[in-house]
Amino acid sequence: MSRAGSLRGYILIRIALMVPMVWVLLTVVFLMMRVAPGDPISATLGGKLSPADLDERREALGFDRSLFVQYLEYLWDAVRFQFGTTITDGQTIGSILVENGGATLTLTVAALVFALVVGLPLGLIAGRYRETLPDAAIRIFAILGYAAPPFFIGLLAQLLFAKNLDWLPASKMASPIVQAQAETYTHILIIDLAIDGNWDGVWDVVKHLILPAVTLGLLVMGVFIRLVRVNVGQALGGDYVEAARARGVPERRVVSRHAFRNALVPVVTVMGLQVALLLGGAVLTEQTFSWPGLGTRLLQYLNSRDYIGVQGLITVFALVVVVISLLIDIINALIDPRVRY
Amino acid sequence: MTATTSVTGTPDKAPEAGPPKRRGGLLSRITAPYRQSHGIQRFMLVSGTAISLAMILMAIFAPLLAPYGFDTYQDADGRFPTQGEPSDRNPWGTTVQGFDVMSRAIFGARTAVEVVLLAVAFSLMIGVPLGLISGYIGGWLDRVLVLIMDALFAFPYLLLAIVAAFLLSNTIDSGIVVTAIAITVVYVPQYFRVVRASTLSAREATYIEAARAIGAKPRTVIARYLFPNVIQSVPVIATLNAADAILTLAGLGFLGLGIQPSEAAEWGYDLQRAIADAGAGIWWTALFPGLGIVLAVTGLTLVGEGLNDVLNPTLRRRRVDRPVVQSRRAVGSSAVGPASAPEVEEDAGQ
Amino acid sequence: MKQPVLSLRDLHIWYGSERGPVRAVDGVSLDLLPGETVGLVGESGCGKSTLGRGVLGLLPDGAGHAGEVSYGGRNILALKPKELAQLRGPDLGMIFQEPMTRLNPLMRISEHFEEVLRIHEPDLSKKQAKARALETLRGMGIPPTRYTQYPHEFSGGMRQRIMIALALVLRPAVVVADEPTTALDVLVEAQILRIIADLRRNFDTALLLITHNLGIVAEACDRVAVMYAGRVVEQGPAYDVTTKPAHPYSRELLRSTISLSTRELHSIPGAPPDLVSPPSACRFHPRCPNAMKVCAEQWPPTVTVGTARRSECWLHATEDIPAGLEAPLEREELAVAEEA
Repeated sequence: MSRAGSLRGYILIRIALMVPMVWVLLTVVFLMMRVAPGDPISATLGGKLSPADLDERREALGFDRSLFVQYLEYLWDAVRFQFGTTITDGQTIGSILVENGGATLTLTVAALVFALVVGLPLGLIAGRYRETLPDAAIRIFAILGYAAPPFFIGLLAQLLFAKNLDWLPASKMASPIVQAQAETYTHILIIDLAIDGNWDGVWDVVKHLILPAVTLGLLVMGVFIRLVRVNVGQALGGDYVEAARARGVPERRVVSRHAFRNALVPVVTVMGLQVALLLGGAVLTEQTFSWPGLGTRLLQYLNSRDYIGVQGLITVFALVVVVISLLIDIINALIDPRVRY
Repeated sequence: MTATTSVTGTPDKAPEAGPPKRRGGLLSRITAPYRQSHGIQRFMLVSGTAISLAMILMAIFAPLLAPYGFDTYQDADGRFPTQGEPSDRNPWGTTVQGFDVMSRAIFGARTAVEVVLLAVAFSLMIGVPLGLISGYIGGWLDRVLVLIMDALFAFPYLLLAIVAAFLLSNTIDSGIVVTAIAITVVYVPQYFRVVRASTLSAREATYIEAARAIGAKPRTVIARYLFPNVIQSVPVIATLNAADAILTLAGLGFLGLGIQPSEAAEWGYDLQRAIADAGAGIWWTALFPGLGIVLAVTGLTLVGEGLNDVLNPTLRRRRVDRPVVQSRRAVGSSAVGPASAPEVEEDAGQ
Repeated sequence: MKQPVLSLRDLHIWYGSERGPVRAVDGVSLDLLPGETVGLVGESGCGKSTLGRGVLGLLPDGAGHAGEVSYGGRNILALKPKELAQLRGPDLGMIFQEPMTRLNPLMRISEHFEEVLRIHEPDLSKKQAKARALETLRGMGIPPTRYTQYPHEFSGGMRQRIMIALALVLRPAVVVADEPTTALDVLVEAQILRIIADLRRNFDTALLLITHNLGIVAEACDRVAVMYAGRVVEQGPAYDVTTKPAHPYSRELLRSTISLSTRELHSIPGAPPDLVSPPSACRFHPRCPNAMKVCAEQWPPTVTVGTARRSECWLHATEDIPAGLEAPLEREELAVAEEA
């Protein structure tokens, strides 16, 4: 059985499995949004429009039809990537994605990179030197990184770096000048600026990015540290490590090639869950730093009780998590030869 | 919560199954982890327990410890200053609305304990039985439940809580209950998964087969045999979930979705208010509520992780001393060793 | 008279436990000549695995040791980790018991070989290294087409053969095989044994074969050492020891072996001794059918009982027993179920 063949088969099966998962997610979101009594229109615009206007709106958006019909329409729309139009400001979810998605993407990727770059080596050290002082210190650091919510760290960071030391900006993604300068290609600001060759602008965004990314990254870093630590520790006591030592493999290589490399595999697996954690934390971080991402928009619609806006964005988030989980699984299959069907 | 799955290594691995033993009293069972661990693990466990207990005591005795109420903005000498610096009157300063920071921080602990207790209780009452039943009975019920739970589990946890709080705040008045339910929704899948995995593996154990063979009803099998066994993994998860719950509560409060300020003091809400203060360099409104969150979560996480280390035999380190080897024997035959360091009298092969 | 390639001198290896020091190896002296196969037999928990690992310096965490493991004029136990790592592979090799978990699941077989060859023989070119690896594997019956596969694609028996090849590719002078066939089924066991038996002929390797199976010993070994409670109670030529055992324990062990001609099951009463607090004097005395009073009070002498044979028992030195102590030892009936 060729390796390529089984890999392809695995990918196909995983994609096929994704379909029922997506369907269940969409259904869950739909049901959740309908839990509250009444229809979304009344809830959102209840006191603001006359009953006649309310009825008109309701009809226009299809809320007067039976629940089941609404459900089918919702599914059908979702399949075509139409997630609705917000009630309060009439924007399509699609346009919101385009406008603010780039910012959230930039933030989460930067946070993930930070978490990996700091967390993996620390986890390795902790796993290698278990039950010693460095291990304890690293573990406590990991716990603190997780225990301090992003908004607290963010506030402290702002107080410290922005107010007192004035090194880094405390809010927004870029200074107004830079934002005015930017052309839009990909709608991801930092990439657009790079395409333009506007390196000052890129640097400006980076400066704005540092505090939020580190704040959010600390959250996820703790998970990586713990995971790598446990797996490295277990690998070092394991059978194939003992066998490698018996062949005279130097301890340094035992740790890096046999223990660490193998401990990274569960990290990849866990990455999918971390995306979920990151998205949740991103909402909080964006609020703290006035970062113009999807989280900020979600809060806007939450506060204005815009059901469609909330439903649409939540649906998108859920789908993103599913897709990323799929990608992670595929990467996992590439790395770990044991995972094939 | 994702943190718990990574700590235990393999997310849905079940603990060793065996007929449940009644070993010693409840007290000795509780203190066992403290006695058995040593070194850094013990330090973590003990300090975590100390911090957590301190928090709980602070919550219980809040009215006695706090100088004022959580929404008090004046005392006998008149109104408090708004955004006032720490002073004799307000040891930790006042907020932008003129509330005493220290009182709000202490009462915040009370709110946290209330909500988390409620949430954990709800989650356990729903998640554990569902997991047991689903794991034991199997069939289509199991499959449906697993699908739903996996879907919920895949959600970004905070978003799920946000949506739940958002939806419920219309219908239920008490902010505390709303938040508790929102948190419950997030964590039920967690307990469900773990308990179900335990049940699945315990179900095939011989003693369960024996029970079935003598005609025990499913209800009895579940309650009497499976439950005590499966319950072993729950305390660690519950502790770590409680830690997460505090973070979720704070997150909801920060976003304005949780508890109304008139109802109770909440750390997350206070931090949201403190954002504006940060620009003006006011640090006391942010520091103390934040510290409250950090301490509470850290304390609980230390206990959870410490327990996990101790209860997981592969991670536990016992106290072991390097022995001193005696090989010098006394002249003359003794009961302990040969007459002299054995000379190789005739080498084999020679 | 050949010089031994490996020499154990009054070796003690104790490791710590909650109840106190475990005296896994408690005064063992043993020699290994070049190219000879020595079997080390004993029940589970008698210390033979610890001994085997001790030869390579693979001691458990927190183990104390005394005595010598002498190789090439140096004491293995006194070497620094770097020096030890240099010896392991080209000079000392080990074959482990459980082949399923001994290979890194994320590394191909080829990478395992390349690693070991690159570390110990860095002057070899890639081609040469590959050729060496393939040659050794072919000797084990693994075809070159499977060279780049992953461990999980092989069966248990094949993995064990790969492990043996890995141990032998550097042509070590001494190889310790710790129960190499215990985890394998009988047919595979026979194949592996044949390979092991050929070792001497093909590689001139001295082999310490650790096992609890006397049948293997009779077939594959030149000499055998019988181990009990951390000590070697008898050693000598394999044929002699397995057909005419001198020490009561060897005798009992032999009688317990099941073969086609077995009519009745025979077992040694009692349970293996506690290595934390072993019985006084002769450690076998609680279970020995020939035990005398002296056996519980004074340490038995090591006596030469034949060509190149030694046994540690009072039965061979009856004239040295003080008066009155040669009466049989009285002890409570060991209920069979008591220490099952």
